[in-house]
Amino acid sequence: MSKANVVKNTLKTLLLSLSLICPSLADSPHKHVAITQFIEHVAVDTVRQGLLEELAKKGYKEGENLTVHFENAQGNVATAGQIALKFIGLKPDVIVTIATPSAQAMVKAVGKESIPIVFSAVTDPVRAGLVSSLKDHKSHVTGVMDAPPIKEQMAFIKTLLPEAKTIGVLYNPGDNGSVASLETIQEQAKVQGFTVVEATPIKSSDIQAAVLQLLGKVDAIYVPLDNMIVSAMPAVSSLALKHNLPLFSADSGSVESGAFACLGYSYLQAGHKTGEIVSEILEGKDPTKIAVASPGTTDIFINQHALEKLKIVLPESVRSQAHFY
Amino acid sequence: MNLIQFMGAVDMGLLYGLVAMGVLLSFRILDFPDLTVDGSFPLGAAVCAVLIVSGYNPWIATFCAILAGMTAGFITAWISVRWNILHLLASILTMTALYTINLRIMGRPNIALLGENTIFTPLENSSFPNLYVMPVAMFIVTGFFLLLVYRFLISEKGLAMRATGANIRMAKAQGISANRQTLFGLAMSNGLVALAGSLFAQGQGFADVTMGAGTIIIGLAAVIVGEAFFNPKVILAALIACVVGSIFYRLVIAMALNASFLGLHATDLQLVSAVLVGIAMITPKLRAKILDFKASRSQS
Repeated sequence: MSKANVVKNTLKTLLLSLSLICPSLADSPHKHVAITQFIEHVAVDTVRQGLLEELAKKGYKEGENLTVHFENAQGNVATAGQIALKFIGLKPDVIVTIATPSAQAMVKAVGKESIPIVFSAVTDPVRAGLVSSLKDHKSHVTGVMDAPPIKEQMAFIKTLLPEAKTIGVLYNPGDNGSVASLETIQEQAKVQGFTVVEATPIKSSDIQAAVLQLLGKVDAIYVPLDNMIVSAMPAVSSLALKHNLPLFSADSGSVESGAFACLGYSYLQAGHKTGEIVSEILEGKDPTKIAVASPGTTDIFINQHALEKLKIVLPESVRSQAHFY
Repeated sequence: MNLIQFMGAVDMGLLYGLVAMGVLLSFRILDFPDLTVDGSFPLGAAVCAVLIVSGYNPWIATFCAILAGMTAGFITAWISVRWNILHLLASILTMTALYTINLRIMGRPNIALLGENTIFTPLENSSFPNLYVMPVAMFIVTGFFLLLVYRFLISEKGLAMRATGANIRMAKAQGISANRQTLFGLAMSNGLVALAGSLFAQGQGFADVTMGAGTIIIGLAAVIVGEAFFNPKVILAALIACVVGSIFYRLVIAMALNASFLGLHATDLQLVSAVLVGIAMITPKLRAKILDFKASRSQS
């Protein structure tokens, strides 16, 4: 056998065996949800966790009446595109995308086919080109946008730290969500009379240096909904606390990991909201009629340990509403 | 693997075939390990996306992307030859700088091209079946550039470049300016990579600052897999081999995405693709060994 023949035959066998192990889902009795996630991060993993919890709550139990197809592009855009194509061939009932690049690859690949797509962990879906508008988008694409309530958050910092003059904003300049909210952060900080100092690590290993760079320059640190920083929260918060810097986070889950305080919602909540939308579609609701949602109501979260260490006195209005960790 | 997935892998493989050709030029032909590609791939995407969003003709945008990539390659080569800095280090410098430059060019980490006019728009709107449009378009583009690179490499100028990589002292003795070859070769290599980046952004509908991560590994894997499969002896075979290697790599990823029946998780993807590429590289050697063994037995 010639060399070319060997190669040809190997490829043929491989393709044949693959077509056998990947049946289509058209006739299966229960529901199929396909999840494409761009990267592993504690933050976005939590979105997926919330999604699955919510689906279970709505009666869709994985393994019983629900099959979840999960793929992770591990940060590779080309792989995200290939995952999108796999899911189109799979024809699941709903496709969930987590993080912006996966959502964009999915929306582009699905084209005119009408598989419902529900995005999550996207801060600005209009700018990302996913939907034409939030309410009346008329497409099979909808989802949850996690734009944090920055105006309220800045006012919240002012309430807790009336003396504060300068706040440090810690974010990854490569994170689409953080950068999308940066303009609003600067605007709202100005409204509260804060000067903003930015610290911008581009990889996890730079975070420590970025926090240290803020020491002595700022009265508090604010972290937007930034995948990388939120994922590194235990390290960031203990470093901030060690130097007596109050750390405010836009993600309420971070308070559990040591951040001082948050007014907002969590990645987990965003996941739950995503799950709600997915279950609505599974029950037959038309995705074109579902407006892009926000993760829900905002709450106040305070870390007890940090509160004691920082010796901050909470105003009664905050104390009465706060959830303590 | 379904047909959509298969065609998608071919399409993506052809696109990354341009990257593989670029890597072949730097690593193999010039013997210059160049990591700039991790920056020039998103650079091409960034330049192209910004121009398209600003209303420029997508063809002009693509052309500017190639020029930007060539500049990046030229800078790496210049740092290396002018200041006598180790090639690997020079390319790391450019790659690192390009991250910031790409962010600056785009003004934000991600630009969406969904719904924008791209060079593929007329094809997408044509009556041609959607499934085959992109693979055919990519086949034409990659094929065109493959021939272009081939024509260059067999010309006298190309011969000088190959000589520089093969034996720099001999090349210098023949009156070839090795520095000029390196400058031009790396510009060409990164121009191809940036072209791939701009086509990726237009085909997938977005440019993202993180999209360059691992480009060099994908390109190198394609080159090595192609060599393992075909053992190319002439330059045309080497070029074709690296494009085929790139398609093979994408098929491997598509297979790995379908490997859940083996009890593998989505998060095992990287390992699965590494193992499969490893097998592809070892198999031809193993076969040669078995043949050797058989031959020696029949002799005795």
